[in-house]
Amino acid sequence: MLHLKDVSLDYKIPLRVTALVIVTASVLASVLVYRSTEDLRQNLIASATRVGGLVADTLIEPILHDDVWRAFEVVNLPFRSPSLQATDQSAEYLLVLDRNNQIYVSNRPDLFPMMQHPAISDPALASYLTLHPQKWPEDLQVIDSPASNALFLLVPIKSDGIRIGTLIMNYSKTPFSARLRSLARDAILITLLVLTALLPLGVYWGRRMAEPLLQLSDAMNRIGPHLPEPEEIKLEESRDEIGMLAKSFKAMLGELKEKEQLQQQVITSDRLAALGRLAAGVAHEINNPLGGMLNAVSTFKRHGEQDPLTLKTLSILERGLLQIKETVAALLVEAKAQTRPFDLNDVADICTLVQPDTEKKHIDFTHEVDILEAQPISSTLVRQVIINLLLNAFQATQPHGHVRLRIFRDSEHLFIDVINDGSHIPQDKVSYLFEPFTSLREEGNGLGLWVIYQIVQQLGGLITVQSEPDHTQFTVQLPLDKTHEQTIATHPLPD
Amino acid sequence: MADLLRAMLCLFLLLALPAQAVEKQPPAPVRIGLTPVFLDDQAKFVNAWRAYLENRMQRPVIFVQRGSYREVVDMLREGKLDFAWLCGYPYVRNMEYFRLLAVPLYKGEPLYQSYIIVSTADKQTRSISDLRGKIFAFSDPDSNSGHLYPEYLLAKKGETSATYFTKTFYTWSHRKVVEAVASGLAQGGAVDGYVWDTLVFTHPELTGKTRIVAESPQFGHPPFVSNRAVSQQLFLDMQNALINMVHDPEGAPMLAILNLDGFVYGEPGLFDGIAEMSDFIEKRRDAAPKRR
Repeated sequence: MLHLKDVSLDYKIPLRVTALVIVTASVLASVLVYRSTEDLRQNLIASATRVGGLVADTLIEPILHDDVWRAFEVVNLPFRSPSLQATDQSAEYLLVLDRNNQIYVSNRPDLFPMMQHPAISDPALASYLTLHPQKWPEDLQVIDSPASNALFLLVPIKSDGIRIGTLIMNYSKTPFSARLRSLARDAILITLLVLTALLPLGVYWGRRMAEPLLQLSDAMNRIGPHLPEPEEIKLEESRDEIGMLAKSFKAMLGELKEKEQLQQQVITSDRLAALGRLAAGVAHEINNPLGGMLNAVSTFKRHGEQDPLTLKTLSILERGLLQIKETVAALLVEAKAQTRPFDLNDVADICTLVQPDTEKKHIDFTHEVDILEAQPISSTLVRQVIINLLLNAFQATQPHGHVRLRIFRDSEHLFIDVINDGSHIPQDKVSYLFEPFTSLREEGNGLGLWVIYQIVQQLGGLITVQSEPDHTQFTVQLPLDKTHEQTIATHPLPD
Repeated sequence: MADLLRAMLCLFLLLALPAQAVEKQPPAPVRIGLTPVFLDDQAKFVNAWRAYLENRMQRPVIFVQRGSYREVVDMLREGKLDFAWLCGYPYVRNMEYFRLLAVPLYKGEPLYQSYIIVSTADKQTRSISDLRGKIFAFSDPDSNSGHLYPEYLLAKKGETSATYFTKTFYTWSHRKVVEAVASGLAQGGAVDGYVWDTLVFTHPELTGKTRIVAESPQFGHPPFVSNRAVSQQLFLDMQNALINMVHDPEGAPMLAILNLDGFVYGEPGLFDGIAEMSDFIEKRRDAAPKRR
C-alpha cells in the first residue's frame, strides 16, 4: 500500500499544489455562484415586491368600484411592458383574490376564470389559502418553498386599513434555475480555464521547489563508504533556506573529505612509522651479528693458508653478508649529521649526475630553480632525495618523454617538484607507495621511495604524490631551519 | 440694382405679412369631442386629422377625448364642446339638445350592426340564450351596439343583464370588449360591428380569438352631432369639411384608415330603430315591480 507520505517530493509537491489550486478554484467558483444566485433571488424578490406593492396600490380603486376591466388592465400592466418581459424576472401569473379568496381577476383568465377558487386552477395554491383571508398576515408575504417550482408573493390589497383583496404573484423558478445552471456552467468553464492556466504553472513551481530538495537528497544518498567528489554534487545555489542547507551540506562534505584525507594520511604515516621502527630494530639486530660475522670471515681469510674450496666458500659467504649489510643499510636510513647547506652547485651536480640516464633514453629534462642563495638544509639529504626522485621519474618515463624538476621556496619551506609524463601510478598503489619492497617495476628493490620517505620524515617534511595519466608529480615540502638560515645570511658558507 | 431693390421689397413684404395676421383676432378653436369608440389609441392619426380639419376650416381645432360617452355627452350639453362623434343611443336620448351634423358611410350605407361575440374556444354558444350565467362584457353604458342592443335582446326575453349574467362589466371601449372576450376574461361581449370588422384588418390576432354568434339588425351609424348653440357658419364649415373628405386627396386616405366610405348629411329618422329599443326598455323598466 502506497502512502502519500512515501511518494517522492517530485510528485508530492506538484500534487499538493494542484490540489490546492483545484480546491481554491472550486471554493471560489462555488462561493461566486452561490452569491450570484442569492443576489439573483434577492433581486427577484425585491423587484417582485416593488411591482407587487405598486400593482396592489393601483388595484384598490378598481376593486372598490368593481371595475373588472381596469383591474384586468392593471394586472396585465407588468406583462405589457416589453422591458419586463425581456428579463426572466416577470411573473408567471398575477391573481387578484377578493375578500372571500375567490378569483376577482387574473392576467390569465383562461387559466384562472373569475369567481372561482384559485386552487381549482393551481393546486399549489391550496396550502397557502387554507386560512381565512382576514386572518392572514397583514404584510406582504414571500413564500419560497423548496418543494415548489414557484415563488409566491402574497400582497394584501388594503383600503383604509381593511383588506379588500389579495394580490398573488407567481414567479416560476424555471428561468431562475436555468440562470443558475448557466452561471454554474460559466463558473465551471472559467475554473477549468484558470486551472489549465494555473496547473502547469503550479506543477512547474512545485517541481522547482522540489528540485533542490531532491538534489540534496540525492547528494546525501551518495555519501557511502566513499565520499563523492565535490564536482559530482550538483546543488542549486540560492540564498533561501534550501540554498543555505545545500551550502552547509557542501561545507560538511568538504570537511568530511578533508577529515577522510587526514585520516588516510595519519594511517599511512602511522604505518610507515611503525614500519620504520620495525626496520630500524631489525637492522640493528642484524647489524650486530653481521659485523661479527664479517670480521670473522675477514680474520679467517687473512690468517692461515686455506685450500681453494674453502676460500671460494668464504668469498661467497662474504659477498652474501655484504649484500645483507647493504640492504640493511638501505633500510636503516639515518639522517647524517649536519652537512653544508644546499645551494645552486648541488643542483648543477645533480644535473651532471643524471645526464647519462637522460641521454640514454633521450629524455627531455628541464629544471626550474627559484632559489639564489644557499638554503639552510642538509645538502646531502636533499641531493639524495632529488636524485632518487629523478631516477624514479626517468625509469617511469618512456623514451623521448619529459621530466621536469622545480625547486622553489616560501618563507618557511623548500619545495621540490618532480614531474614526469610517463605511466601513471594506479590509485590502489598510492597508499602503499612509500612502503619498502613496493616496487612498480620488475627490476627495482622497492627501497628508493622508502629511503626518500624516511629522509623526508626525518627532516620533518612532507611528501605527496599526484598521479594522473601523462602527469605524475611528486612534491616534497621540507622545513627550513630558521636559526641556521640566519647564520647563513650573516656568514655565507664558502663554496 | 433695380432687381436688388425689388428683391428686398419682396422680402420686406413677406416679413410684414405674418405680422399683419397676428394683429387680427384669431378665431376661437373648434372643440370636437371623441368617444373611446375607436380612435382612443391612435394619437398619431387623431393629430393628422386635426391638422386636416384645421386646414380645411381655416381655424384651430381641438380634439377632446374622454373615457366614457357620458362625459362627452355632458360636455356637449354644457357647451364645453362644439361637436362630438357620438353613438346613436345618446343622440336619440338628447335629440332636443343636439343637431345631427353628419353620419359616416360604412360599406356604402350610413348603417352598422351590433355583434354578440364569444371566444373561439367556446364551440357551443349559438346565441345570447346560451350565455345565461356567464360573464359578459359591455363596452359603455351609453353605447347602442355595446350595451343597448344586448339589453334589448334580454328585455324581450323578460330578463335584464343584472340577473341574466353572473357578472357584467364595462370596458369603456369596443376594442377592449374584443380583448376581454379574446383573453377569456368575459365569456361573451357586445361590440360595434364596424369596430370588430375593422379590427379584423388591423388586429387580426384579437378578432381571431373571437367568434360572432349574433348580429343585430342595421342601425344608424354613430353620428357626428353638434351643440345647438354652434353658429350656422361653423356648423356648415364643419359639415362641409367632413362630407368633402371623400373628395379630398388628403382626406380620402384618412377615411381609409377609419375604414369608412365617407360622411353624409343623414336624417334623424335613421336612428328610429335605436329609439324604439330604448323606449321598449324604459317602459319595461317602469312596468317592472319595484324591488324593495
